[in-house]
Amino acid sequence: MGSTNSTLLKIPNVEVLMQETGFSPAHIIRLHDRFKALDKEGRGYLCPQDFGAIKELAMNPIGDRIIGAFFSPGKETVDFHAFVKILAHFRPVDKDRPKEPNSPEPINSRSNKLKFAFQLYDQDKDGKISRDELLKVLRAMLGMQVTEEQLESIADRTIQEADLDRDDAISFEEFRKSLEKVNIDHKMSIRFLR
Amino acid sequence: MELKMFILVVVLLVGSLMPLRGASSSLGTGTTHDNHGLQNHQNSSDTTPSKKPFPVLSFDYDHVRTPFEISLWVLLASLMKLGFHLIPSMSSIVPESCLLIVVGLLIGGLMKLVGENPPVLESNIFFLYLLPPIILDAGYFLPIRPFTENLGTILMFAVVGTLWNAFFVGGLLYGVCQLEGHRLGNVDLLSSLLFGSIISAVDPVAVLAVFEEIHINELLHILVFGESLLNDAVTVVLYHLFEEYTSVGTINVTDVFLGIVCFLVVSLGGIVVGAIYGILAAFTSRFTSHLRVIEPLFVFVYSYMAYLSAELFHLSGIMALIACGAVMRPYVEANISHKSHTTIKYFLKMWSSVSDTLIFIFLGVSTVAGPHEWNWIFVVSTVIFCLVARVLGVVGLTFMINKFRIVKLTSKDQFIIAYGGLRGAIAFSLVYLLNEVHFPMRNMFLTAIITVIFFTVFVQGMTIRPLVDLLAVKKKQETKRSINEEIHTQFLDHLLTGIEDICGHYGHHHWKDKLNRFNKKYVKKCLIAGERSKEPQLIAFYHKMEMKQAIELVESGGGSKLPSAMPSTISMQNIQPKKPPQDRALPQLSKAREEEIRKILRTNLQRTRQRLRSYNRHTLVVDPYEDGWNEILIKKKKMMELEKKISQMNNYLTVPAPPPDSPTIARARLASDPQAWGMKSVTESIPTIKVDLASPQSPESVNVVDELSKKGSQPKVSDEEEDGLTMKVPSPVKQRKDKKPDEEDDKEPQQRFMRCLSDPGPAAEEEDEDEPFLP
Repeated sequence: MGSTNSTLLKIPNVEVLMQETGFSPAHIIRLHDRFKALDKEGRGYLCPQDFGAIKELAMNPIGDRIIGAFFSPGKETVDFHAFVKILAHFRPVDKDRPKEPNSPEPINSRSNKLKFAFQLYDQDKDGKISRDELLKVLRAMLGMQVTEEQLESIADRTIQEADLDRDDAISFEEFRKSLEKVNIDHKMSIRFLR
Repeated sequence: MELKMFILVVVLLVGSLMPLRGASSSLGTGTTHDNHGLQNHQNSSDTTPSKKPFPVLSFDYDHVRTPFEISLWVLLASLMKLGFHLIPSMSSIVPESCLLIVVGLLIGGLMKLVGENPPVLESNIFFLYLLPPIILDAGYFLPIRPFTENLGTILMFAVVGTLWNAFFVGGLLYGVCQLEGHRLGNVDLLSSLLFGSIISAVDPVAVLAVFEEIHINELLHILVFGESLLNDAVTVVLYHLFEEYTSVGTINVTDVFLGIVCFLVVSLGGIVVGAIYGILAAFTSRFTSHLRVIEPLFVFVYSYMAYLSAELFHLSGIMALIACGAVMRPYVEANISHKSHTTIKYFLKMWSSVSDTLIFIFLGVSTVAGPHEWNWIFVVSTVIFCLVARVLGVVGLTFMINKFRIVKLTSKDQFIIAYGGLRGAIAFSLVYLLNEVHFPMRNMFLTAIITVIFFTVFVQGMTIRPLVDLLAVKKKQETKRSINEEIHTQFLDHLLTGIEDICGHYGHHHWKDKLNRFNKKYVKKCLIAGERSKEPQLIAFYHKMEMKQAIELVESGGGSKLPSAMPSTISMQNIQPKKPPQDRALPQLSKAREEEIRKILRTNLQRTRQRLRSYNRHTLVVDPYEDGWNEILIKKKKMMELEKKISQMNNYLTVPAPPPDSPTIARARLASDPQAWGMKSVTESIPTIKVDLASPQSPESVNVVDELSKKGSQPKVSDEEEDGLTMKVPSPVKQRKDKKPDEEDDKEPQQRFMRCLSDPGPAAEEEDEDEPFLP
């Protein structure tokens, strides 16, 4: 236990981090080890190339978007805090937590999970998924196997189905509504991060 | 009224069963034609053996005895099933299985009155003929996603739960027997453990029969049902283990260890056997494009062989059957025709329905027939221990399992799981198989098992529905997935895989992704014929939805208006790829309408094929219908605008067929008639075309695309129809228009698409609805 305590002490503001994200010390340490493994040059922060070095991520159709999500707009580096905060979205939801009336919503609440996913679609951050953004995602996921027409038809159909206020784009509320039957708590949680 | 007639028919049938059997048995094993039945009476006075008058009419029952009786039973079962649905009030309170058992009891009673020996449910017939269809039906249509997501939980319940039940019941019964002394004294430990293991298994037939009627939510359904399927391995091993050693009388540690090894062999072996046969079936189906008629046969025979092969080695036949069905399904469905798929679905449902009816009726009959030995203490304690064991097992296991689950099981769920642990005919047949010599208390066991079965099926089966309503357990959601859900779930899958990779954690998604990649890269290429192997799942799903919508459009488009309003759209629809395998809910069209549609389809398809055959891959350099395509787009745009205006005028939510006399529509229709522009483009098949033709046209096409995108206020259905049309035809024009940098690799798939379209496939004449026209 002594070594873990010393590791914990090395991380700045670890108490705040644990409180904000809800991770236990063991998890923080595990994530810290992973952070250090990714940060090959030991600079204390990660840049996109470090993420790019993960080869499975390179094969992922939306890999670059995921990497992009770690970096806040304008910044080229991500430190451990930001890293952990992003990963906190994927913690399984604690159903038994007492609901304090004034505390902010935890990072891993259903709503925040959905917001995170929404932001991955909405690259220009205008609060809506436009047809083009949807097309880009579809193209990335389906790639060369389908024709452009099919992609466009699918995109049109998708927007039609979800778009309730007829603005030809999917807002966050519409996004949330279209996924109301899907168990997001289950789908967007990684057991490892419990 | 119908009910009375129905009852009359049934009574006649049952009545005919008796004298036939009476006649056959009294005649002994008579062989020759002449000496039977009526002929006997007529010729009794004629003593000269040399020449008899030529027998005009003779009665020879033995000749057809077995098939005749089997058919009578099957007919009876089916009529019973039919009858229950004529009495709606009864079928909503009492589950079908209960009514069938009651019918069986009545028939058995009748037979006994007549003096006949009612037939007992032969274990051979049960295991070899009645059980496989039900299991195959379940396995083939097993919902894979919830099953694999909950596999851990299901396995825990199946293996650990069954073991717990077996030992608890067996042990306590032994204790009770020892305490009781007289009459029960010959039940030794191994026999009672054997009994416990037989009775502890949840029965898939009973669970299916009851759960199907209550429409409970997917999670609970798959948990109980999956458990009933997977506990077969445990039951087989325990049964053989205890049966083997009862004669000896003791078990030692090596035997237990061997038992565990046996369990692994039995379950994994069964799965491997099933998977092998499944892959063989998938591989065979790859080549059946020339002989579609026997495709369903392959599915059935391979599955049955899997079951029999597993039973050959005393492996778990049920697991083999499930594995076979689940493995072969995605590949077979990609290969077979629409008709074959329907055939398979309906045959499986039919067989499993008949089987299940017969099983319950025979259970009833066997109850009346079978030798009974009623022992109050034994039977009552069996029932109580079974219930208690089940409840304790479920509660205890859920407590442990919930630590590992993301979506926990609530106490309501636990109650339903415990209450849904029904026993059924498998237990009965296993007891029936016991050797009387080794097991003198077999009859007592039989009685006890029948009582437990009756209790679970009647009491639990009847009360589960009101309890489900009372506890407000979540029901099955009837609505299907929308395309949004499909896309977003795939997106989330990729997202989670990515995050797992970032965390360096090889979790659930990582392996699923790896499996999918392996599947796509190697397996699909081997097992799926032709171009279907490359079709991504999302596209298949999308096609399915489009097709459904198109069919709905056709149906709602109005009767008389159908031929005139739809020719262009229907012809375009026919270029669409093969109808999706799953979920083809074709609406009921009247005969006349169907004929109209068929005629239209036939004529338009011929036109399509003519068009397609007129160029082949060798002469094709640039897409000859590229300019025709743009015309179509323009026409469609006009049609859409017109329809928009019409709908705005009429305030319809669905698009009614546009009035046939509207001149613009007529012009649009004629102009977009495939034959018209088709022929033109053929004559123009100038290879030197139009890399430059593309550019003057491209601004126009761009406009079209923009128009297409502004369809916000359009009624949904017309949009989909149009979109369904835009989808199929590949267009290098669009590609070029988009000015993508990576155009070179677009050319290759385009060539491939053209090859596919220009090759209508073999036997295209009869098979036009079935042949996959692929992108």
